[in-house]
Amino acid sequence: MATEILMPALSPTMEEGTLAKWLVKEGDTVKSGDVMAEIETDKATMEFEAVDEGVIGKILIAEGTEAVKVNTAIAILLEDGEALDATPVAAAPSVAASPAPAARATVSSPESPVAAAAEQTPDWPEGTELVQTTVRVALRDAMAEEMRADENVFLMGEEVAEYEGAYKISQGLLDEFGAKRVIDTPITEHGFTGIAVGAAFGGLKPIVEFMTFNFAMQAMDQIINSAAKTLYMSGGQMGAPMVFRGANGAASRVGAQHSQCFAAWYMQIPGLKVVTPYSASDAKGLLKSAIRDPNPVIFLENEMLYGRAFDVPKLDDFTVPFGKAKICRTGTDVTIVSFSIGMQYALEAADKLAEDGISAEVIDLRTLRPMDLPTVIKSVMKTNRLVTVEEGWPQGSVGSYIASEVMQQAFDYLDAPIITCTGKDVPMPYAANLEKLALITTDEVIAAVKQVTYR
Amino acid sequence: MAARKSVKKTNVSAEELTEHYRSMLLIRRFEEKAGQLYGMGLIGGFCHLYIGQEAVVVGLEAAAEEGDKRLTSYRDHGHMLACGMDAGGVMAELTGRTGGLSKGKGGSMHMFSKEKNFYGGHGIVGAQVPIGAGLAFADKYNGNGRVSFTYFGDGASNQGQVYETFNMAALWQLPVIFVIENNQYAMGTSQQRSSVTPDIYTRGEAFGIPGEAVDGMSVLAVKEAGDRAVAHCRSGKGPYILEVKTYRYRGHSMSDPAKYRTREEVQKMREERDPIEQVRTLLLDHKYATEDDLKAIDKEIKAVVNEAADYARNSPEPALEELWTDIYA
Ligand SMILES: Cc1ncc(C[n+]2csc(CCOP(=O)(O)OP(=O)(O)O)c2C)c(N)n1
Ligand SMILES: [Mg+2]
Repeated sequence: MATEILMPALSPTMEEGTLAKWLVKEGDTVKSGDVMAEIETDKATMEFEAVDEGVIGKILIAEGTEAVKVNTAIAILLEDGEALDATPVAAAPSVAASPAPAARATVSSPESPVAAAAEQTPDWPEGTELVQTTVRVALRDAMAEEMRADENVFLMGEEVAEYEGAYKISQGLLDEFGAKRVIDTPITEHGFTGIAVGAAFGGLKPIVEFMTFNFAMQAMDQIINSAAKTLYMSGGQMGAPMVFRGANGAASRVGAQHSQCFAAWYMQIPGLKVVTPYSASDAKGLLKSAIRDPNPVIFLENEMLYGRAFDVPKLDDFTVPFGKAKICRTGTDVTIVSFSIGMQYALEAADKLAEDGISAEVIDLRTLRPMDLPTVIKSVMKTNRLVTVEEGWPQGSVGSYIASEVMQQAFDYLDAPIITCTGKDVPMPYAANLEKLALITTDEVIAAVKQVTYR
Repeated sequence: MAARKSVKKTNVSAEELTEHYRSMLLIRRFEEKAGQLYGMGLIGGFCHLYIGQEAVVVGLEAAAEEGDKRLTSYRDHGHMLACGMDAGGVMAELTGRTGGLSKGKGGSMHMFSKEKNFYGGHGIVGAQVPIGAGLAFADKYNGNGRVSFTYFGDGASNQGQVYETFNMAALWQLPVIFVIENNQYAMGTSQQRSSVTPDIYTRGEAFGIPGEAVDGMSVLAVKEAGDRAVAHCRSGKGPYILEVKTYRYRGHSMSDPAKYRTREEVQKMREERDPIEQVRTLLLDHKYATEDDLKAIDKEIKAVVNEAADYARNSPEPALEELWTDIYA
């Protein structure tokens, strides 16, 4: 019987892809393992192999077609000797009845109706040309620019050089800077982190990529006991000017050991700076600042955001300073504070709340240490209500720190208890329905806002 | 110790050889099906296939006895099938359904079975190595004569905790077999690019742990080496290292464009060294089985795998209350 060959999902986050090239034509015989096509995902170009034997009866999607949804029929496979119209086509072996890998809600741009607060200085001069850039490319550009500017900057980590990064963040860096400055390490996080700390003591400026921050737990001692504390312990004689960067937080369906937000952990440590960008311009501007900073900086990226495009200013040297929150949307009824991917939920909630006549001010902290509490407090003095949003766990969360500071510094301005929206207090489950439930949602943010505004 | 050659002639019985064939084929067909279900969006996240490496776990399971323990990395489906865990339960875990071995809460990389003494499914490279020695610690403590098979990759063998474990395992004479599944790559990094000493089995020498290299494409060679290692451990002489040279045919996980090796390299391995083909040839050459017998086995395995896939597709998603269970005992 004829079967449909379906557009495959080739990565945990892939929802659609480009059918770059057909390597077979109608009438060709294929067997298991033959490469039939090249498909571009958000991360890479992949070869698509045949699983079943048969003859290509018809190609349904022409090469070069972009945005082909996963599970779309792309060709028809016939059994040997079978004619195209002879039998009804069955979907190969029958398509997913259940939801595909947790599709996250779409985002509104952080730059949408922004009437910047009076005291906010814009990140770039008015009239600057803006280029739509993905977070992935923004991060790469930041590293490349800083490596060009300072010979002491180098990148090390697993798969960063020849493979160009497990998430393709270091694309092109090995080519441009060579193996002396773009270094593949063995899988030994505690070891290579210690070596990078030593190199920083020795005057270099390492960028350490953790494939994801889950693996930085192997290196925790070097990050905290060696990198963060040495400046203090040496009475200011030596420190560790370096950046630890990589994907943080939940990706999609990768289970408990690979889905965790470490923002609150690192935020606790004096001696570290902690950066949590949401947009591509912040990713770029803050990473450049991080590389120049004379302290150890934890730079928390998010895999779900890597492929997302935002406006990035076209400037020779664009940086964003630490400790300056960004008011992404002004409002009068409630303040919503978040960072990193939490901004997606905050902004989406604000859009929906506006439809209900609730005006939310949305603040992106951008860096957690230093944290721009004055901007938050000024906003709360205006709106008298505060909701915080993050993906991490509730106990000892970023939000609970903010809540305690606001309570101590602006108690008289609060008209309702602060609500801290967080991920659920459980390890991340694998099942699609449970994962969705474990993560923070836009609806939960909306419900929290309605609660503090007594609607 | 020197590397041993693969076994050419065999004095293995028809039953044993057929059983190896069946076990390896089950893993292969299961993994192919998992790859298909992933492509259809029924399996999410990371999914690491064991295709090409089947002889390693099948050979060693043949050397194991009731009550022995085993644990490995995220590339774990084959290990679970080989120690007798239900194919439907494994597949339903991959689809994140309630019929999965971890009720859908663990996923591809995190599966366990108390009943089969399978202690995971570990997502953090190298973390299972001290844990495996810890299982052996408990066995020695209890004096029960069991051994623990602790599997890890060539990439994992560069983690520091491996050597901390070697020292303690030797110091305390723990009955643990360190099985290094050297498939030559850790993601996109070939072994030459990550290790200064290519022969990982010699790395126990500093601790006085005997080790040997084994042809991991030959299930019989693996079984023989496994017998030696088990005998050593059970006799109370402490740990043993088997570096099993093997090869993975597929990408590291589903999203690996595999540009770090040539298609020819993979094709050559498949054509010349395939562990299942080797046993198939032995079965036919020794007249232990006819083509028809083997076809019947193929059909039988296909049915098992299809049934597992149907089960995995139709098993319901976990109840929402499951989010809050199993966090504390
Ligand atoms: C501590 C840690 N670092 C990095 C990773 C990401 N990672 C997953 S598998 C892998 C390669 C491991 O290779 P190897 O040990 O040879 O096992 P194989 O995948 O070949 O079976 C890497 C780097 C991880 N899971 N854990
Ligand atoms: Mg390997």
